[in-house]
Amino acid sequence: MDPSRKRRIRLVVALSAAVILAGALAYTSFSASSAAVSPSRLLASADTGHSYQLTGKVVDGSISRHGDATLFRVRDRNGSASVPVRYVGAVPDPFRDGREVIVTVRKRGATFVGEKDSLVTKCPSKFTDKPTSKT
Amino acid sequence: MATVGQACLILALLTCVYGIVASLYGARAGRRDWVDSGRRAVYALAFLAIVSFAILVSAFLRSDFHYEVVATHSSTTTPAFYRAAAAWSSQEGSLLLWVLLLSLWSSVVLFLVRRHLRDVAPYATAVLLGFGAFFTGLLVFAATPFKTMAVAPPEGTGLDPLLRHPSMMIHPPMLYSGYTLWAIPFAFAVGALIVRRVDADWIRATRRFALAAWCFLGIGILLGARWSYAELGWGGYWAWDPVENASLLPWLTGTAFIHSVMVQEKRGMLKVWNVSLVLATGTLAVLGTFLVRSGILDSIHAFGASTLGAPFVILIGLMIAGGIYLVVSRRALLASEHKLDSLLSREAAFLGNNLVLVGLAFVVFWGTFFPLISEAVTGTKAAVGPPWFNRYTVPLALVLVLLSGIGPVIAWRRATWANARRNLLAPTAAALAVLAALLAFGVTKSATSLAMFVFAAFTVAVVVQEFARGVAARRAMAREGPLRALVSLVQRNRRRYGGYTVHLGMAVLFVGVAASTAFQHARDVRLTPGTTATVGGYQVKYVRATARPVYRGERLERVALGAVLDVRKDGRHVTTLRTERGYYPSAAPFASGSLIRGIFDGDATSEVGMKAGLTRDLWTAIQPDPEYLNKVIDATAAKTAGKPPAQQAQAVGRLLSVYRQGAFPAQFRIISSPLVSWIWLGGIIVFAGGLIALWPAPDAARRRVTAGYAARVARELGRA
Repeated sequence: MDPSRKRRIRLVVALSAAVILAGALAYTSFSASSAAVSPSRLLASADTGHSYQLTGKVVDGSISRHGDATLFRVRDRNGSASVPVRYVGAVPDPFRDGREVIVTVRKRGATFVGEKDSLVTKCPSKFTDKPTSKT
Repeated sequence: MATVGQACLILALLTCVYGIVASLYGARAGRRDWVDSGRRAVYALAFLAIVSFAILVSAFLRSDFHYEVVATHSSTTTPAFYRAAAAWSSQEGSLLLWVLLLSLWSSVVLFLVRRHLRDVAPYATAVLLGFGAFFTGLLVFAATPFKTMAVAPPEGTGLDPLLRHPSMMIHPPMLYSGYTLWAIPFAFAVGALIVRRVDADWIRATRRFALAAWCFLGIGILLGARWSYAELGWGGYWAWDPVENASLLPWLTGTAFIHSVMVQEKRGMLKVWNVSLVLATGTLAVLGTFLVRSGILDSIHAFGASTLGAPFVILIGLMIAGGIYLVVSRRALLASEHKLDSLLSREAAFLGNNLVLVGLAFVVFWGTFFPLISEAVTGTKAAVGPPWFNRYTVPLALVLVLLSGIGPVIAWRRATWANARRNLLAPTAAALAVLAALLAFGVTKSATSLAMFVFAAFTVAVVVQEFARGVAARRAMAREGPLRALVSLVQRNRRRYGGYTVHLGMAVLFVGVAASTAFQHARDVRLTPGTTATVGGYQVKYVRATARPVYRGERLERVALGAVLDVRKDGRHVTTLRTERGYYPSAAPFASGSLIRGIFDGDATSEVGMKAGLTRDLWTAIQPDPEYLNKVIDATAAKTAGKPPAQQAQAVGRLLSVYRQGAFPAQFRIISSPLVSWIWLGGIIVFAGGLIALWPAPDAARRRVTAGYAARVARELGRA
């Protein structure tokens, strides 16, 4: 076969493979993703069984334990609307009242159940503008 | 001193601007004196950055809380080592560290090439000083580390306890060294494209810097993983967090570049690919720096300083647009000198390795930025989790490990089947033997892990075979003993055998990742003293509670509540694990009127209990049950609120005693994980291999001395 024709065929095959793989990547990312939502949006519309990535702040005084589960409420970053969360498993070190958290949840009745190992508490100091009045 | 520091930063910015103008004018007008002056501006920048950085670190060491950045990131109870390192835990300090490292590495490379690449170097100098101007500009106008307060607070807020780990303190300088070192090949690639000199000279001049960048960035990433494993209370080392991914992206494209430049040096091929890779890597390094400051993605880190976002976006936009323009406008010059002769050749293996690495980078990029992509497409921010990343990265990593075994032993241009058979037969047999052994021992739980063990065995066998052949040849030629032959073999071919060592380390590292991921046993259990849990065949008994105050000098650094765990297997004692949770008092523990509130309302971190071994790690972290603990804290706080400090301190002592003697329940995460140590061991081997490849060969050093001497003699003769 003519070498230049052979190279063209190789190129077309490689590009087709790349396009197919990129398409699969894009498709699966949309189908496997969890929507990032605030508590107020979750209160307004949440489907039972559907997975959401809840972001917000832990409501002061809301953390309690029931057996292996940690119960707490997450509120909007700049608001008071909040949802109850039930999380089983070890919580991250910085987890406490007022801290910003991200947790993957599914609606079960009136509560949102956190997926194991999905609770992330934001590290509060790194590169943030900390008010000096705290000192 | 703050004024001196700020003046140094302003001078540094002016020096950068002057250096850029001098270098560009010198290059355009053919004025060597201006070019030299531009280069010296880089040395001056390094000097000014050192002075600024020394002033800042000194303020941290002295706990001078007049400096706002010191008051918000350190305290007198922060240990001295961490106080010095706390300088780069802040936004301002980390930007200054960026400038310092950039200026130091730039000075080294420009000093080394001061008599070579005379056409390329001035433009590279201008690009490097452009980065310097950008970051010093941020330090002068947006994030100055020398902002002071008229009245210093009596105490600082302290370094976040989570960051008080040795690897976390070395991690940022390593990572930033990697980022800033990637600016060097980037700058020289831009210079080479501007002057249309696209041969391999700029690659040779910056090869060691690219290797060093790759090495430092890799070690930085690994130290971050080690910190996560040993310090954070979740027991993992990688979570596909955007911050982790941001550092992985330039490392992946950089790895591809390090391999593909060999094809350009050897065969004059892949020129467009190489410049594109190095431009992408430089841009991704800046993107990584930007991402951890932008707040555009949800991450474990809270990033508040979004004011820096706009300048970074402009810089990254300029880098992308400028890079594309240069590559497109010089595409005729970048044509390959040869074509790919055969798919059974080292060029093809390197190309395959490059495609896999770039594919991995694309997957990581897509997953990391998916929240923004999803928001742009659907209007809703959505994120993908670790299972999505694993779905794509695991098969790609398998191919990569396999190729890292095939690539080094296959011939350039066109390998014959006989050649392939000769080099691959023994490693294939070794891999099949490992497969048979694993199947015989019933290691069939995870097909991907099994494949990884087999491919890694293949790669290790290839490396051992190559070392054995080299030593045998050396012994036959020079009649040396085996050890002497090994040392001289490596000394004479540092790049080659350094590369083999890196491949060996990567294979070991991937075995550790595969084993610890697939065969880990982890349990979250609630125990009271005297009770036992079983994890992966180990019986873990909560023997007793511990509670102690930890002082730094006369000041209370933390209160530690913990546990002693007895670990047994089949009734035999294996080890005793001790884990604690440290409660760090807030900067003003009496502010609420209650010391006990000041202590337990501050930051808290896990002190992991770990028995690390070559075959298995036993890992545990404790979280005292807040429901029970809070009742005692509330009761004690109510009784002692407003009492003199001495009485409150006694109450804290009593509380610790109650905790030690009471049967408080606590939540434990207990993990039994095989071969985790192989990850760190593999990392050390990779680092050693990188150092071997980086180190100048004695012959090359001698050649340089001889060439330098010859040039001097020629100059003297010319004058005579």
